[in-house]
Amino acid sequence: MNAHLQATGSVYSLAPETQTPERHTLSVLVDNEPGILARIVGLFAARGFNIDSLTVSETEHEKGLSRITVVTVATPKVLTQIKLQLERLVPVHKVHDLTAEGKALERELALVKVASTGEPRAEALRLADAYRAQIVDATTESFVFEITGKPSKIDSFIAIMVPLGLVEVVRTGLAAISRGPEGM
Amino acid sequence: MPQQMTGAEMVIQALIDQGVTDIFGYPGGAVLPMYDAIFQQETVRHILVRHEQGATHMAEGYARSTGKVGVVLVTSGPGATNAVTGLTDALMDSVPIVCLTGQVATPLIGSDAFQECDTVGITRSCTKHNYLVKSVADLPRVLHEAFYIAQSGRPGPVLIDIPKDVQFAMGTYYGPTEIEATRHKSYRPQVEGDTRLIEAAVDMMLRAERPVFYTGGGVINAGPEASQHLRELAELTGFPVTSTLMGLGAFPGSNPQWLGMLGMHGSYEANMAMHDCDLMINIGARFDDRITGRIDAFSPGSRKIHVDIDPSSINKNIRIDLPIIGDCGRVLKEMVRIWRSKTNQPRTEAIAPWMKQIDGWRAKNSFGFQNSSTVIKPQYAVQRLYQATKDRDVYVTTEVGQHQMWAAQHFPFEMPNRWMTSGGLGTMGYGLPAAIGVQVAHPDALVIDIAGEASVQMTMQEMSTAVQYELPVKIFILNNERMGMVRQWQELLHGGRYAHSYSESLPDFVKLAEAYGGVGIKCDDPAKLDDAIAEMINVKRPVLFDCLVEKHENCLPMIPSGKPHNEMILPDFKGDVGKVIDAKGRELV
Repeated sequence: MNAHLQATGSVYSLAPETQTPERHTLSVLVDNEPGILARIVGLFAARGFNIDSLTVSETEHEKGLSRITVVTVATPKVLTQIKLQLERLVPVHKVHDLTAEGKALERELALVKVASTGEPRAEALRLADAYRAQIVDATTESFVFEITGKPSKIDSFIAIMVPLGLVEVVRTGLAAISRGPEGM
Repeated sequence: MPQQMTGAEMVIQALIDQGVTDIFGYPGGAVLPMYDAIFQQETVRHILVRHEQGATHMAEGYARSTGKVGVVLVTSGPGATNAVTGLTDALMDSVPIVCLTGQVATPLIGSDAFQECDTVGITRSCTKHNYLVKSVADLPRVLHEAFYIAQSGRPGPVLIDIPKDVQFAMGTYYGPTEIEATRHKSYRPQVEGDTRLIEAAVDMMLRAERPVFYTGGGVINAGPEASQHLRELAELTGFPVTSTLMGLGAFPGSNPQWLGMLGMHGSYEANMAMHDCDLMINIGARFDDRITGRIDAFSPGSRKIHVDIDPSSINKNIRIDLPIIGDCGRVLKEMVRIWRSKTNQPRTEAIAPWMKQIDGWRAKNSFGFQNSSTVIKPQYAVQRLYQATKDRDVYVTTEVGQHQMWAAQHFPFEMPNRWMTSGGLGTMGYGLPAAIGVQVAHPDALVIDIAGEASVQMTMQEMSTAVQYELPVKIFILNNERMGMVRQWQELLHGGRYAHSYSESLPDFVKLAEAYGGVGIKCDDPAKLDDAIAEMINVKRPVLFDCLVEKHENCLPMIPSGKPHNEMILPDFKGDVGKVIDAKGRELV
């Protein structure tokens, strides 16, 4: 009905009205102040937005800035709301939708504990080598591997370790950055 | 010059430097140093409330009637939690408030100390921003920043939690002009609208055949100049104007282009104009569900322009064709300038058929009611109150419910900042303390709370505050011995099973007024109403006016929940109102 008047050059231009949820990675530049993480998480909870993964750390100490990477699944309309609602928060400087802005680099780190002996143990070691995972702890019946990469690579490594004595996994969540010379 | 002083003294000095003359508060253990600082000066006047919720609503009334920031000072723990309702109310209605709370000393935080609560945690989602100040070195910056944040962009409440040891600590105070960080280091809302977009908007307006201005609280928040620009633009264009509950007064109620309030209990002509328009120009309103009714049937044939200072309001509920981010006043001013640069003529001729159609809707007289000579109809009471006060400098607050809607329907305003009501949160108990806040700001004005007997009992204790400070607020209670709006919805949706929507024991409001040291007036006869109202106005003390009205009057017209604008229940509806709303509509609030 209202689609005939579009593209007015506004930065708040319309998101297409589809109902298909998409997975997007948002990068949020914030003041590193007490309670900031609670503010972000609280906003997602209060407005019913999803968080698939969340990573936060101080990135520019002199300026007191932290970078938060949030992976969320939402329809385009809701994605716009998420971005605008985040930008409404006073300590939020910028929000970039890395997925919408082009192929971003996405990396995650996992520590994977595998306990086995004999042939499965040898197989786990060979596969870890193939995946370029590092051994960061070893006993006669276990390893802890450190693996870095795209989430899909880590998913696949974990899946392959299941029959070889997987005990437990911890993952950092996603860190993401845009490609090319531009900063945020 | 930077000065050495205690944290508590900094707070008071910052209030003085920010131009604050009145604050609303209640003392307690964790704020004693600040009260000691208040005691030793005479610039800032402290109004002692009876409950912290009262303090927040007073600050809201003060802020909405002046455009200044309202200031609240309460203690830790229960002081802070009691303030939560008012803070949420201020957030929903975009009212600039700075709320100062005491906190237990920093070494005790987290120890479940006496009167400790996680104030910043509790209020994070009901403030625009909040702070816990752990070092006196941060205090001057935070204090000035709070005032900046509360009133810039979309206004809202800001809370500062100050531990008791920080109040005692010595530090260096800087005034608002002395430090760079008076403004927040990164928070810069966009206030100037994009000229290209405003031009595009004017072009659309120049082609519109069925236009309507849909204005909201943003016009009031943008200051009195914004209302002037709106009036000018309406005159230049000739377009009809409607407004949300929050925006009443921005456009004069006596103007022929005025359609009355829109929305669930708005006028037929306003809602039909919204439904049938070809161009909707939203200035500072947010497409609230009370306005839109059923979203998928909302104004199906129109293009929509939306002017708002908050980008997240755009496309939140309704898809917008042309969004303009900026301060309503500045955008309206630009619209006036650009319109003038393109034409000297209003579109009177082009929109004549549209105005004629609107006149047809207007002829339905949707605010009409069957008057009575034996019992006071609530609408009649509001009309008589209006007639008796319209030539005075009058400010009106309300509680929440039927009386609120009748006040909005039957008490027109000519000026902005004269109408204070709880729109977004719908807080019963808002009106009485808000009236006190208004009266503090405007000591010589006539301030009336149009109330219901249920709502007003939620904050009745503030009568004591009114009496203490000789604030002659008039509490005009439309007493139907019912929670009228709840009763109405039970009639509409629940087969007339009136579960707990009536009061089996009400106080004698006349005696209650006298017990507080105020004046009580009671009236149940339409013939004696005018005299009783005159008596109320002439008394120079706080008054509780117990106006006994028809008990079962429904508030009409009404857009039933789940229905579009063109399916209103009008006052002449003859069927069974219990059958209007379907199962899906029943799920909505």
